[in-house]
Amino acid sequence: MSKHPELSQDEDYPEDSDFYVLRLYVTGASINSLRAIVNIKEICDKYIPDSYSLEIIDVYQQKSIAEQEQIIALPLLIKRLPLPEKRLIGDMSDTLKVLNGLGIAI
Amino acid sequence: MIIEPSESKPLLPSLPKACTGIKGLDEITGGGLPQGRPTLVCGSAGCGKTVFSMEFLVHGALMYNEPGVFMAFEEKTEELTINVASLGFDLEKLQQERMIRLDHVHLERSEIEETGEYDLDGLFIRLGHAIDSIGAKRVVLDTIESLFSGLTNQAIIRAELRRLFEWLKDKKVTTIITGEKGEGTLTRHGLEEYVSDCVILLDHRVENKISTRLLRIVKYRGSVHGTNEYPFLIDEDGISVVPVTSLGLSHDVSSERISSGVSGLDSMLGGKGFFRGSSVLVSGTAGTGKTSLAGSFANQTCVSGERCIYFAFEESPKQIIRNMHSIGIDLQAHVDNHMLRLLASRPTINGLEMHLLSITKQVLDFDPSVVILDPITNLVSVGSVSEVKSVLIRLIDFLQGADITVMFTALSLNDNISEQTDESISSLVDAWLLVRDIEFNGERNRGLYVMKSRGMKHSNQVREFVISDSGLDLVDVYMGRDGILTGSAREEQQLAEKTENVIRTHAVSRKDKEIERKRTVLESKIASLREEFDSMQDELNKTYVEEELTRKVMEQNRQEILQKRGGIQ
Repeated sequence: MSKHPELSQDEDYPEDSDFYVLRLYVTGASINSLRAIVNIKEICDKYIPDSYSLEIIDVYQQKSIAEQEQIIALPLLIKRLPLPEKRLIGDMSDTLKVLNGLGIAI
Repeated sequence: MIIEPSESKPLLPSLPKACTGIKGLDEITGGGLPQGRPTLVCGSAGCGKTVFSMEFLVHGALMYNEPGVFMAFEEKTEELTINVASLGFDLEKLQQERMIRLDHVHLERSEIEETGEYDLDGLFIRLGHAIDSIGAKRVVLDTIESLFSGLTNQAIIRAELRRLFEWLKDKKVTTIITGEKGEGTLTRHGLEEYVSDCVILLDHRVENKISTRLLRIVKYRGSVHGTNEYPFLIDEDGISVVPVTSLGLSHDVSSERISSGVSGLDSMLGGKGFFRGSSVLVSGTAGTGKTSLAGSFANQTCVSGERCIYFAFEESPKQIIRNMHSIGIDLQAHVDNHMLRLLASRPTINGLEMHLLSITKQVLDFDPSVVILDPITNLVSVGSVSEVKSVLIRLIDFLQGADITVMFTALSLNDNISEQTDESISSLVDAWLLVRDIEFNGERNRGLYVMKSRGMKHSNQVREFVISDSGLDLVDVYMGRDGILTGSAREEQQLAEKTENVIRTHAVSRKDKEIERKRTVLESKIASLREEFDSMQDELNKTYVEEELTRKVMEQNRQEILQKRGGIQ
């Protein structure tokens, strides 16, 4: 699995309130990280296909980011948009909680 | 691992320690906290955990050239900077110099959704980055227990904390982890389970509305340490722990004597005064001149060029100076010369331990050779008798260890001289002076006794203690038919003796004259007898010569006759 930002094609985020801007912070190729990446992709593709952007950042590569972003627990998913900003931690295996955290109604 | 060259002596490896720079703590711990290992500092809210850990970091940076990382889970970095500025720590500057790094961890449960398995790698990375960026040797996590309130999965947190402490050990950083005191446990979430090398408990106790801060080393693996509760102070100099304990009775003693400032008293004490480094108790009822004795001793100390601290618990410095002026002692001059420090405080301002601590602090700061506490009786108002005794024992031990002479004054409420003092410390002190009222003949006078004075010849006599404009002195009391005489009765007695003296002198001179006269008479008699004898001798001699002459003449005559007759024969 790539350690670099994967789906960052949308540099200018649309104002559309239905568009999700997500950033996933992981630590290298740890089991939790790999699982989180697979899980979040699956959830997004299933519930909000084509209306999201997901950026995956390896904190090991940019250590100073941990302090800037107040990162403690990993993996961490930050939902930048739509507001309010929301933080989700864990391997995203609890789909209901992920959906709830992202504010997606099933 | 570093292997020493074989020429080095086969020393037993001892636990390396990191100095905290906190006054007194390094003595108790025998050199500081275990180097490269985590130490848990726990205590209830407001007991000084953050100040303690911040001092550890700042001293490390300033004194031991060991940069440090402070990870704050509770306070924001700006708040922290302002809070410790009151202790004189300039965190801004230290951060610019890359000696200290502050990192505030913000963790809010309501903002976080937990969606499965996670770990605290973020914390590890963050801390690792902070450590590596300044080459930190010291780390403070204040207080890591916030993780328990920020995250729900306790199993993960516990596993991760265990990993964190191992990781910190591998990093060879000396770490302080703070933790809030829990019910029946040292910390609310049982951090002591993970940090097993060194645990320090801070306490803030309020008894009788008076607060005392206490520090205790609960455990220290691989090192000996003091096990008592040590009171500590937080003031503008930060934390100071003074390990004032009853360490033992092994201090050196001096046989040097110092004057008490009252010549009469010195002569009662073998003519030379107190031993240097001894403890002296002056007890007595109200108004018997205890403070005057103490003031006089302070004055004498300063006059002989030594320093003295006078702790007053009843009067203000100005009051003492004024009152001493009335007996001809000028303490103000000594205060101006920085020979005397007069410190007045109400006993209730602090707890007993705090008093002990502040006394110790002052003594270490001023380095006096005499300390006076006037009076210790008032200390009972902030503690029980046994507590006062324990504090005084430790104070005496501390002062004697430093070769400082201490004088306590104590008010005894009953006038029974065989009674112990209220603080029952008379058995602890080396010398005990008792000033007592002697009521006789319609007036009240002061009598001074030396109840005990270890290791020196001392008078068993009661002396009258006289306070006059020119100072203090002791006068012999008179033993009369009605007991001891003091005051005007003594003066009366003195006058009577004086009169008697004059009369006696007069009588003696008359007798002398009589003798002289007798002698003259006798001598003249002897002269006349001698004359008589001479004349008698002359008389006797005269007959003898005549007889001789007669005999001679007769012989001559006979010869002549014989010659004449010879012609015939």
